[in-house]
Amino acid sequence: MNHIPEIIRTISLEQYLLLSAILFFIGLLGVLVRKNIIIVFMCIEIMLNAVNLMMVATSAYRGDSAGQIMVLFTMAVAAAEVSVGLAIIVMIYKNLKTTNIDLFSQMKG
Amino acid sequence: MDKIFYIISALTIMCALMVVVSKHPIRSVLFLVGTFFLISAQYILLNAQFLALVNIVVYAGAIMVLFLFVIMFLNLNREIEHIKSWIPATAATIASGSLLLIFLSAFKSTLLEKPEVSDYQIGLVENIGEVLYRDYLFPMEICSVLFLVAMIGVVLLNRKENESPRKIVLP
Repeated sequence: MNHIPEIIRTISLEQYLLLSAILFFIGLLGVLVRKNIIIVFMCIEIMLNAVNLMMVATSAYRGDSAGQIMVLFTMAVAAAEVSVGLAIIVMIYKNLKTTNIDLFSQMKG
Repeated sequence: MDKIFYIISALTIMCALMVVVSKHPIRSVLFLVGTFFLISAQYILLNAQFLALVNIVVYAGAIMVLFLFVIMFLNLNREIEHIKSWIPATAATIASGSLLLIFLSAFKSTLLEKPEVSDYQIGLVENIGEVLYRDYLFPMEICSVLFLVAMIGVVLLNRKENESPRKIVLP
């Protein structure tokens, strides 16, 4: 029997779920409220990290490493998404000279 | 130990809120770096040392530097957005708040029994690496293809299009 980490003995899994739900809420709020597209991107990162935290907590409490592997893949997808997204933002800024998402409506086809 | 958890959680929520509230994008980036470091601290508490390291290296080290570079490159630090109306903000708060309530009620109705587990060392580097290269080898290779496609996409997106076409010299 391995040594059980003290946090798993004292803190219940529900508190981690609550924390990740609150972080997801904050990220969603930022996506809906803010107008600057770069900050919207950062709030998407907060939402991804909330999900990551939930997966790590669940996998640590259950002793199953699949959740932590999924977190690695989430990070890979997030890195690819950020690189392509920032390239698109730079290209839009070159054309429109703004990062306000309200003014992107002229992109509709 | 539980006090450490509560302090780190409160700091994480505060930093994440400051990301949304801050007017300047650079301050948002710095608070986001703080959020990532605090989430890494949670990973260390959960005995997932490898993911804590990867989180700091990938997110705080690479992605945030990219964000900061783009903000400096576009010179956005003086652009302050003006919130014209409170109606969209209120609607967004109500919408995301109801999603939070849905999450909480779903978590409450879920039965979470503590399983009898013998292995709490899964987060260490050697165990994660063993599982990654034994059971998840194919998705891991697909990830490298994903990065290659993303890299090609970035290069294609930022290519100059108004260049004069090259002259083809026929032999």
